[in-house]
Amino acid sequence: MSDAESDASDDGAVDAATSDDPAADGETIVLEGRSVVGGYVEAEALVTEGTISGWGGVDPYEGTIIETRHELTGECFTDKVLVFRGAKGSSGWSSIFHTTRLADTAPAAMVYEETTTKVALGAVVTRAPAVTDLDCDPTEVIDTGDLVAVDGDAGTVTVTKRGGD
Amino acid sequence: MELTADEEAMLAGEEGPAVQAAMDLLVRYGEALGAERFLDTDNVAGVPGMVNQFLEGYYADGGATHEEIFARHDLDADESFEIPEAKAKTSRLQGTVEPDNWESFGTDPEDARLDRESETFASDHDVEILKTCTPYHAGNLPSYGEHCAWMESSAVVFINSVIGARTNVEGRESTSAAMLTGKIPDYGLHREENRYGTHRVDVDVEVDSVMDWGMLGYFVGERVQADKPVLVGNYGSPSRVEYKHFGAAAATSGGVELYHVVGETPEADTVEDAFGPTDPVDVLTYDEAARQQTYHELNAVGDDRDVDFVMLGCPHYSIEQVRTVSRLLEGETLDDDVSLWLFSSRKVGEQAREEGHAQVIEAAGGEMMTDTCSAMSQAVPPGTDVVAMDSAKQTHYLPAMVDGVEAWFGTTREVVDAAISGTWEGDLE
Repeated sequence: MSDAESDASDDGAVDAATSDDPAADGETIVLEGRSVVGGYVEAEALVTEGTISGWGGVDPYEGTIIETRHELTGECFTDKVLVFRGAKGSSGWSSIFHTTRLADTAPAAMVYEETTTKVALGAVVTRAPAVTDLDCDPTEVIDTGDLVAVDGDAGTVTVTKRGGD
Repeated sequence: MELTADEEAMLAGEEGPAVQAAMDLLVRYGEALGAERFLDTDNVAGVPGMVNQFLEGYYADGGATHEEIFARHDLDADESFEIPEAKAKTSRLQGTVEPDNWESFGTDPEDARLDRESETFASDHDVEILKTCTPYHAGNLPSYGEHCAWMESSAVVFINSVIGARTNVEGRESTSAAMLTGKIPDYGLHREENRYGTHRVDVDVEVDSVMDWGMLGYFVGERVQADKPVLVGNYGSPSRVEYKHFGAAAATSGGVELYHVVGETPEADTVEDAFGPTDPVDVLTYDEAARQQTYHELNAVGDDRDVDFVMLGCPHYSIEQVRTVSRLLEGETLDDDVSLWLFSSRKVGEQAREEGHAQVIEAAGGEMMTDTCSAMSQAVPPGTDVVAMDSAKQTHYLPAMVDGVEAWFGTTREVVDAAISGTWEGDLE
């Protein structure tokens, strides 16, 4: 985490509260990136360093990750800021996330690292605020449980650390 | 994005509200990708107007005709409007319903009705009803360099690699929008600079059968994930069926969308051509030990040798593959306790009947199926415990999709032999 912070500091993107403990509650980090889908939302983060499979990897009616051997197996992303590496698997990725919007199980926002056709189309039809191409890898900077504000219009992600757990 | 005059006109609604909504979706998608412009495409493969019970129920408030669902779901629009005929040549890919045997598949009659209605919607809008994951075996064979907008990972990797056509893995909404506009973002594999190899794979063991190409694909995909492998070494000229099984397996264990086989595929006359200005990020070796390990991984969920189901046709069989099975079954009878289902496109199925192969397979006790497969429709014959397959892809998916079934993977001959004897006797030579 300190690497990510110092990377971000170099381009002046950090607005960290003064603190002796880098993971202390309330510390704020601002990541700057590129807008994918507009809108603003604040919610708790659900983070995976891995990629997510749509078809066969997500139950769109429950909003849960069902891929076996995934670090988030069984976790629900509904109303969370889903922070993930990117998309993998079947070309049904967008259809699955499109269905989460209709089933009211969609994530509150998406923040991802690697752009592909699957994740870009999926984010567009999910219509939740989405940001990518951040100045550092969001899966390294953000931890599950952090409070995250996603500004899909400005392309920024503001992370309030809830360190210690 | 920079739009041309015809794209601006579509976005302004000059070709009606459906084309306008399709263009609006494509602009949102192109911007999400960071693409700068669109390409023209006249070859789309997707699932326009496919509806399940959830979607029908969700859109019921709007009346829920297929037109309306296409507008609001495929085009992600907030209202519905009349849908014009396809502007780009469009093929309908496979679905989840077998048209003649859906009852014995255990398919809900409502799903079967929705499948028929969505097919009518598609054909009414000038979509060719191929209902297959292998459009290239059924009359839609793109040309070298042709910009396409296809879904279905095994078909995408085939036309990119074997033909040198250009497509990304598209989704339902982008293919439906491309169908009405003839446009797709200029991104990823449409661009020359993104088509060079990333990993060199030294093939140090002879690879010369469909099974071996499937195993090699499974091995390579697991290691390169979504990157672009370049094969060098010990193989003959692969057949189109061998390519199909290699790509389907590599797209399953990893996410390979483009590969090169040096000396064989069109963008890889030489190693230098395949890598262009880039250097391989890694070199992998596929040797006898890797081959053995891959075989054992694929057969890890096989224990009971009492086979009761043989599934053929993942990806959908070509006519050559149907002929091979017909020759193996000529004058034979399947074991009483074994079912054999062979899946192909409707076109290949019709050709097999005209040539007499379908009748030979049926006389032995096998069944000819179209439109779907066991994994897509989550259907196996009642009481199935042990499946034998010649497809690495289906071997990967089926035990995960149908609870508790065991799977054996082998050659087409071994699998057909198991259907006749009822016993798995496959082994790695």
